Amino acid sequence: MLAQQLVNGIISGATYALFALGFTLMFGVLNVINLTYGVYFSTGALIALYATRNFAFPILLALPLAAVATGLIAVVIDGLLLTPLRRKKAPELASLMVTLGATLLLYSLMTAFIGTDIQRFPPAAIDSSAIEIGGVRVSRSQILIVGTAFAMVALLLALMRGTRLGLAIRALAENPDAARLMGVDVTLVTFFVSFVSGTLGAAAGILIGLNYNAIQPYMGEVMMLKGFAVIIIGGLGDIRGALIAGLILGLLEGLTAGYVASSLKDAVGFLLLVLTLWFRPVGLFGRAAVKRA
Amino acid sequence: MLKKLTALAALPLAASLWSAAALAQSKEPVTIGAIEILTGPNNKYGIAIKNGFDLALESVNKNGGVLGGRPLAITYEDSAGNKDQAINAARQLIGRSKVPLILGPTLSNEMFAAGPVANERKIPIVGTSTTANGITAIGPYVFRTSLPEADVVPVTLKTAQQKLGIKKVAVMYGNDDAFTKSAYDVMKAALEKLGIETLTTETFGGKDTDFSAQLTKIKGLNPDAIVVSALVEAGSGILLGKKALGFPEKVRVIGGNGLNAPKVMEIAGDAANGTLVGSPWFIGKADPASQKFVEAYKAKYNMDPDQFAAQAYDTLFIVAAAINAAGAAEPEKIKDALGKVKYTGVMGPFSFTENRDPAETSGVVVIEMRDGGFKQFN
Repeated sequence: MLAQQLVNGIISGATYALFALGFTLMFGVLNVINLTYGVYFSTGALIALYATRNFAFPILLALPLAAVATGLIAVVIDGLLLTPLRRKKAPELASLMVTLGATLLLYSLMTAFIGTDIQRFPPAAIDSSAIEIGGVRVSRSQILIVGTAFAMVALLLALMRGTRLGLAIRALAENPDAARLMGVDVTLVTFFVSFVSGTLGAAAGILIGLNYNAIQPYMGEVMMLKGFAVIIIGGLGDIRGALIAGLILGLLEGLTAGYVASSLKDAVGFLLLVLTLWFRPVGLFGRAAVKRA
Repeated sequence: MLKKLTALAALPLAASLWSAAALAQSKEPVTIGAIEILTGPNNKYGIAIKNGFDLALESVNKNGGVLGGRPLAITYEDSAGNKDQAINAARQLIGRSKVPLILGPTLSNEMFAAGPVANERKIPIVGTSTTANGITAIGPYVFRTSLPEADVVPVTLKTAQQKLGIKKVAVMYGNDDAFTKSAYDVMKAALEKLGIETLTTETFGGKDTDFSAQLTKIKGLNPDAIVVSALVEAGSGILLGKKALGFPEKVRVIGGNGLNAPKVMEIAGDAANGTLVGSPWFIGKADPASQKFVEAYKAKYNMDPDQFAAQAYDTLFIVAAAINAAGAAEPEKIKDALGKVKYTGVMGPFSFTENRDPAETSGVVVIEMRDGGFKQFN
């Protein structure tokens, strides 16, 4: 049982990490509080759902398609709502209010079009059979989630540390004005970061939707709270930190529900959040986390 | 005045066929009132109930009406699902139409509004679809014919104990929702009463999607069944999680009313197979009276009856029997007679407790989810 609980913890931790990757990028690099991230999670899942269900797309085609489409939506929303604020150097509270309003509007729109009922991918969309090794069961969609989470972290780290674009992104995170003076096209880099984080959010929504088979407009809203905890514990903008914090949270939750009491499961994440803010406000791995991107 | 419908219009056709009905038509009708949701978003409940009443009314009048040949008629008032409108409807029926009895209203919270009005004016009011706690505590003139949740769950568990030999179970419930929590309280009491051992009690949040930690723990304890109080979303997630963890086929989920929905099978697919829930009525119920009702309903309305139509159908016969036993269309006499009625209808045997709630639970059907549909289990 312990082995299964640890595997459960790693899987749910990987879902948190997958969700938090795009979120932490958005926060850490763009220096705005953007609450619309949860919407991208839902949007991605819903687009993939429609593509597979109504147009019989195979999931391996629907996944990248929906992720890219959602990334473009994220760019449009950023351009409409946040670019003007950045230009005016509005305080962070302004971006909080604007994106809060936009989030409510977008969720309501999604609800108006498709209702609040839970929907599922067609059963044939993914092979749900499980693999059993020594009494521990893992399904294929779960392996896909864990694999994707690690692959995304590796890719993002390679992008940030190994390319000129990554350098530009890190410069932007450090100081937008200085980056502009150094010849970085701040608008373009901002849009690129929005696109990547929207795409990541959507991919997370699709994979998690596949695993739990429960897709509805407000699914992003539920993940947002856990997502906040993960990016704060891991350090704002810290990609590796998001992965490790997600895994820690997932494991602690699983072990709490399995060996202490399931009613305390949700308390663990927030206890960890409070302790982090108390003792290491820059996050578990942060030096000055905001600047590390 | 609100939309007013009278079922008397259906009478001449029946009269031409039946001499008893011809006799009935010649005398002054006994008109009772009904308050249902006939317009607005929840009107499918009210319409189903009205259809049930009208179908039963046809049959009552075909067989000679009430009080020695007087036809029975119903004056409908629309509540539109609105409490204030339900109160006005009750005042209208009592004050202007002078009805000796009111059927309805549709929703429990409408009954909490209109029930006190009828009770104060000493007019019996009979809810056919109101399952909340405290309905009949409104006063001595308030009756209901619908089984409350607290009566259905124990039957489901008892049936599972008898037919499957269940001795030890794990319990899971949503602890952030009044409905799932109160159903859990009922389950807990019923399990204790039946002497079924509870190995563990696990909780979850109504919006959770990952139940693997709780289910892994439950799997390690090796229960005979998992008793779940959840709404559709979380309940379906539990079924999917249970399948993913590879529970043995014989470990079934036994659910409360929250899981009594086709949507569960839509979401969980074949992971829902074997799930047991209790229901006051079920369209596939293997009972001749019930099947006859389903056929007649389909023939008249060209759609399937639901639980609400069945409850309304039986209720009208119960009320007609009470009017006959009372010997006069007087509220006080009907109220006393209602308490004594014994009737066996499509829902099974029926009588009222001294608190004016349904006394019998033997009509409860335990149904099983199997390949996307419900099947009778008991």
